Amino acid sequence: MVLALQTLDLDKRFGGIVAANGVSLRVEKGARHALIGPNGAGKTTLVNLLTGLLQPTSGRILLDGQDVTHLQPHKRVKRGLTRTFQINQLFSDLTPLETVGLAVSERRGLGGNWWRLVGSRPELASEVVGILERFGLADVLNERTATLPYGKQRLLEIALAIASQPSVLLLDEPAAGVPEDERHAILGIVGSLPKDVTVLLIEHDMDLVFKFATWISVLVNGALFVEGRPEAIARDLRVREVYLGETAHA
Amino acid sequence: MKAQTTGNARGRQLASAAHWHPLEILFWLAAFASYYLLPSKHLILTEIAILALFALSLDLILGYAGIVSLGHAAFFGFGAYVAGLLAKHQIVTEPLFALVVAGMAAMLLGFVTSFLVLRGSDLTRIMVTLGVALVLREIANRYAWLTGGADGLQGVSIEPLLGLFRFDMFGRTAHAYALMVLFVLFVLARRIAHSAFGLSLRAIKANALRATAVGVPVNTRLIIVYTIAAFYAGVAGALLTQTTAFSSLDVFSFERSADLLLVLIIGGTGYLYGGLIGAIVFKLMQDYLSALTPQYWPFWIGLVLVLIVLVGRERFSNWTLPVRRLAARLDRRASRAGRVTAEGR
Repeated sequence: MVLALQTLDLDKRFGGIVAANGVSLRVEKGARHALIGPNGAGKTTLVNLLTGLLQPTSGRILLDGQDVTHLQPHKRVKRGLTRTFQINQLFSDLTPLETVGLAVSERRGLGGNWWRLVGSRPELASEVVGILERFGLADVLNERTATLPYGKQRLLEIALAIASQPSVLLLDEPAAGVPEDERHAILGIVGSLPKDVTVLLIEHDMDLVFKFATWISVLVNGALFVEGRPEAIARDLRVREVYLGETAHA
Repeated sequence: MKAQTTGNARGRQLASAAHWHPLEILFWLAAFASYYLLPSKHLILTEIAILALFALSLDLILGYAGIVSLGHAAFFGFGAYVAGLLAKHQIVTEPLFALVVAGMAAMLLGFVTSFLVLRGSDLTRIMVTLGVALVLREIANRYAWLTGGADGLQGVSIEPLLGLFRFDMFGRTAHAYALMVLFVLFVLARRIAHSAFGLSLRAIKANALRATAVGVPVNTRLIIVYTIAAFYAGVAGALLTQTTAFSSLDVFSFERSADLLLVLIIGGTGYLYGGLIGAIVFKLMQDYLSALTPQYWPFWIGLVLVLIVLVGRERFSNWTLPVRRLAARLDRRASRAGRVTAEGR
C-alpha cells in the first residue's frame, strides 16, 4: 500500500480548544477517500493543516512519504497537493479565463515572468480553454467572476483546483449549495478524474459520500472516530448515533 | 482540430487586453504634441509628467497588488537626493545614467523596506510606510553636512543630457526628457501589468488566500512589485532634482505622499492611466485654483474630492460612455482591417 498523504499524531489547539486531536490519517495513492463528521468536528481545520494554512501544534504531515509539515502552502501546491474551498475563494475582478490562466501558468512555473503575456503561448491558451469547456464555463470566459451565478462560480472553484493538475486533491464540500444541474456536472468531473489522482472528499452530503468513496474516515471532536469501507460505516451504530444526534439537534 | 483552433483563438483573448487601444495611442500623441503646441507651458507639463510617473509607481503597488502606502515619498525623496548628490559631487555627471543610478538606489531601499509591508493589514501598512518616509526625512534633516538639511541641497548643477542637450531656462529639455522617461517606463509598466506576473498580482489583490492555494508565492511577488515601484518613484524623484537643479526636505513630506493618493483617487487605480490622468487633473486644478485663490485653493481641491467620492466613479464613467463606445467601434474596425490584411498575405 502506497500512501499519498499521511498525518502522524497531528494536534492543533486554539487556546483551550482542541481542533485536531492526535489525528493519524492515511490516504492511499489513488484513493477515493471521504472524510465525514458532524459540524465542528474539525474537518476544515484538518484541511487547513494539510494545506499549510495552519501550523499544527504537534505532529507531522507526509506528502508522498516526504515531510511537508513546515512547508509553505504554495510549495505544497507545487508538490501536487491542491484543495478547493468550502466557501468559494475566487478572484472577483478576474474573468474565468484569467483565473484558470493564472493557475495553469503558475503550475508551469511561468507565473513570475513579467515580460511574456499569459495568452501568448498557444499550448497554454488551449489548455485553459479546454478546462473551462469541460466545466461548462466556455460561454462566460470573459465575464467578471463576481457577476457569475453561484453555480458557475462553484464550477470555477473546482476548475481552478483541477487546473493545478494535483496528485492529491482535497475537496472541501464541493457540492455545498449548488443547484441540481451543476451538482451533476461537479460529480461527473470528480468521478472522471484520472485513477492515479488521490481524492480526499470532505462532505456533509451522505448520498454523495456513499456514491463516491471507497474508504471513509469519520472525524468527531477533532479525533478520528472510526474508519472503514462505506458498507461498514453505514452499518456502524456509533456513527449513526453521532449523526442522528447531530440531526436531531439541527 | 477545429476545437483546437477556436480554443487557441479564445485563449488569445488572454493577451488581447495587451493590444494598444486607439484611445491610448491618442493619449500619447496628445502628450507628445503638447511639447510643440504649448511652448509656454513646459514647466507645468514637466511637473505633470513627474507626478504622473510617481503616481504610476503607486498604482503598481496599490492598483495591482493592493498595497496601501501613505509614505511613497520615501522612495521619491531618496531618488531625488541621490540624484542631487551624484550631480553635486560629480560622481555621475551624465543625467540619464545618474537617473538610472538614483532609481536603483531607491529600488534597493524598496527591497529592504518591502519586508515591512508583507505582514499586517492595510492599517499596519499605512503606518509602516508613513513611518519609513518620516524617518528618512529626519535623517536628511539631521545630516545637514551631506544634504543641506532644512536649506535643501544647493549647488547642484546638471550637465547636458547625453552630453548634448543643455537644460535650458525655458524647460524645453526638461519637458522632453521627463516625457520620454515617463513614456518608456509606462510601456514597461504596461508590459508588466499584462504579463503572467501582473496577472498574479491582480489575483493576490483580489484574494491572497486563494492565490496561495493555486501555487502563487505571494510574498515573493509582493516584494518584487514593491521593489519595482520603488525604482519608479526614485526615478520620478531624480527627475525632479535634475529638472530643477535643487532638492529640499519636502520631497519626503507627508503631503507629497498624501497628494499622490489623491491623484490616484481622481484618476482611478488598476488600469495604469489613472495616475497619468489624475496627475493632469490634479496639477491643472491646483495651478488654476492657486492662481484664483492663492491661500484657499486646498479648500476647492478638497471639495472636488468629496464630490468625486460622492458621485462615484461609475457614474463618471457612464458619462464618458459615448466616447468609449466610439473608441470600441474604431478598435473593432482597426482589428478587422488588420485581420483582412493578414489573411490577404
